[in-house]
Amino acid sequence: MTVDALLEVRDVSVRYGKVEAVHRVSLAAGEGRIVTVIGPNGAGKTTLLAAIMGLLPSHGDIRYRGESLMTLSVEERVARGLVLVPEKRELFASMTVADNLELGAFARRRDGDAATRRTLDEVYHRFPRLLERRAQLAGTLSGGERQMLALGRALMGRPKLLMLDEPSLGLAPLVVREIFSIIVGLRQAGVSILLVEQNARAALQVSDEGFVLETGDLVLSGPSAELAANPRVAATYLGQGAQ
Amino acid sequence: MDLQIFALLAQDGITNGAVYALLALALVLVFAVTRVIWVPSGEFLAYGTLTLAGLQLGKASGIAGMLAVMAVVAALMEVAKAIRQRETRHLARSLAWWAGAPLAIAGTLHLVAPMQPPFVVQILLTLTAVTALGPLFYRIAYQPIAEASVLVLLIVSVALHFALLGLGLWFFGAEGSRTPPFTSASYEWGGIRVSGQSLLVVATSLALIVALALFFNRTLYGRALRATAVNRVGARLAGISPTFAGTLTFTLGALVCAFCGVLIGPITTVYYDSGFLVSLKGFVAAIIGGLASYPIAAAGALLVGLLEAFSSYWASAFKEVIVFTLIIPVLLWRSLTTHHHEDEE
Repeated sequence: MTVDALLEVRDVSVRYGKVEAVHRVSLAAGEGRIVTVIGPNGAGKTTLLAAIMGLLPSHGDIRYRGESLMTLSVEERVARGLVLVPEKRELFASMTVADNLELGAFARRRDGDAATRRTLDEVYHRFPRLLERRAQLAGTLSGGERQMLALGRALMGRPKLLMLDEPSLGLAPLVVREIFSIIVGLRQAGVSILLVEQNARAALQVSDEGFVLETGDLVLSGPSAELAANPRVAATYLGQGAQ
Repeated sequence: MDLQIFALLAQDGITNGAVYALLALALVLVFAVTRVIWVPSGEFLAYGTLTLAGLQLGKASGIAGMLAVMAVVAALMEVAKAIRQRETRHLARSLAWWAGAPLAIAGTLHLVAPMQPPFVVQILLTLTAVTALGPLFYRIAYQPIAEASVLVLLIVSVALHFALLGLGLWFFGAEGSRTPPFTSASYEWGGIRVSGQSLLVVATSLALIVALALFFNRTLYGRALRATAVNRVGARLAGISPTFAGTLTFTLGALVCAFCGVLIGPITTVYYDSGFLVSLKGFVAAIIGGLASYPIAAAGALLVGLLEAFSSYWASAFKEVIVFTLIIPVLLWRSLTTHHHEDEE
């Protein structure tokens, strides 16, 4: 674990009643890197992100830029630059695309209108489709557009660490490719990314480091290229050499 | 029935309907953002009238005492929270907010009331004082259980309703009060007399409704409240704190109720327990709007007001019965036309 990690998760456990969904997981995400957590359905990936975000109570320690997040609320974490794009997107369906984006900058409202305007232009530049659809209600968008809006809303909060939960879920292959190229573009723009994916192949291709989570336990970790070459990972998650 | 009586009843119905519309709006807002069915809204209304009536006599001890007590309780809760979380950085600010501000308002009331300031100042003082009670009650009663189920929140609302009734009796006394009319002007249009008082009530209600609509559609904070109502998790992830949204919502809700109290003061005699029946009528209107739609709730309020006015002419003994029976066909219609969906939580 590097000392200058942006996010450090130490021995974090999350319980739902008697069931432990995440068991003493430790991982780190470095500045300017894409880190991915892969694993099968029900491995606890979403739960882990919810705990980091503060949506679920957890045990252990979660540090962000050296500061413990454990007593901070979700909103305080957002204000510090930790932003989550959840699997369900959680958009404001009965509000317009423009309203959704503007509200993404709520935590940055003290930076002034000019700064929000600039970020909005950047987001529209990155997602021209959102500019076309800006007066449309979020609930009427297609799946791919919704994911773009969820990403755009998160970017409006000017995140330092962006956490993405299954960004490719339910999207057409062409849109998936677009989303992943946007993720790589974001890293170049200085945003660190923690990516949770079932699409292990794509996730390991774009990421620097990977962690494998199975039934709440961290079973493997290392540079993504090494993980992709690991026979066990290849067999289980990449569908190669199963025989 | 001749045209004269019809016009009179319609005028009455529309005037009352305007007040019910405001109440319905407050109820829909509070429910949409916080999932609280705000039973004690009627007490806030009654406090509005009674505070203004008290100020007319140069007295404000009731509301000032209540603010002071609530401020102390809220301050203690903030201190307890800071100790529990071992987090004292924000304590000074939250104490200034939760104790300083209400105590300042209570102090101002105590000092200014005996001077018998002009009527407009009395109205402003009333609105400020009763509005300040809104966030205080949210902080004390609802915020600690904000994540509880709708049923638990409703039970707390009912308890709070009875508590506020008792406090109302204690602080304001058992006598009913009526405030002087805002205007004694009246106008004639083609043989139909329209009182300036009615016009004023309808006009100010409309103005407040328009102001609220602008707030919700044009401002960041208004949109943030709508966002919380639409998707609580999404709002949190955008950095909109549910505590902040709840506090702002109860501030607005209390303001609207206090406003209703001031409007209704010259029309009817208000006792410490008069609010409940009025707010129930606002609630019927809110139900017509499914606790979600503002325009339908406002139309429902107008319907409730007119129904009440005309039934008081034809069957005055059954006035309330007729108004509240309205809710049965409405519920039947709603349950047949809306598809059941699970609570999002």
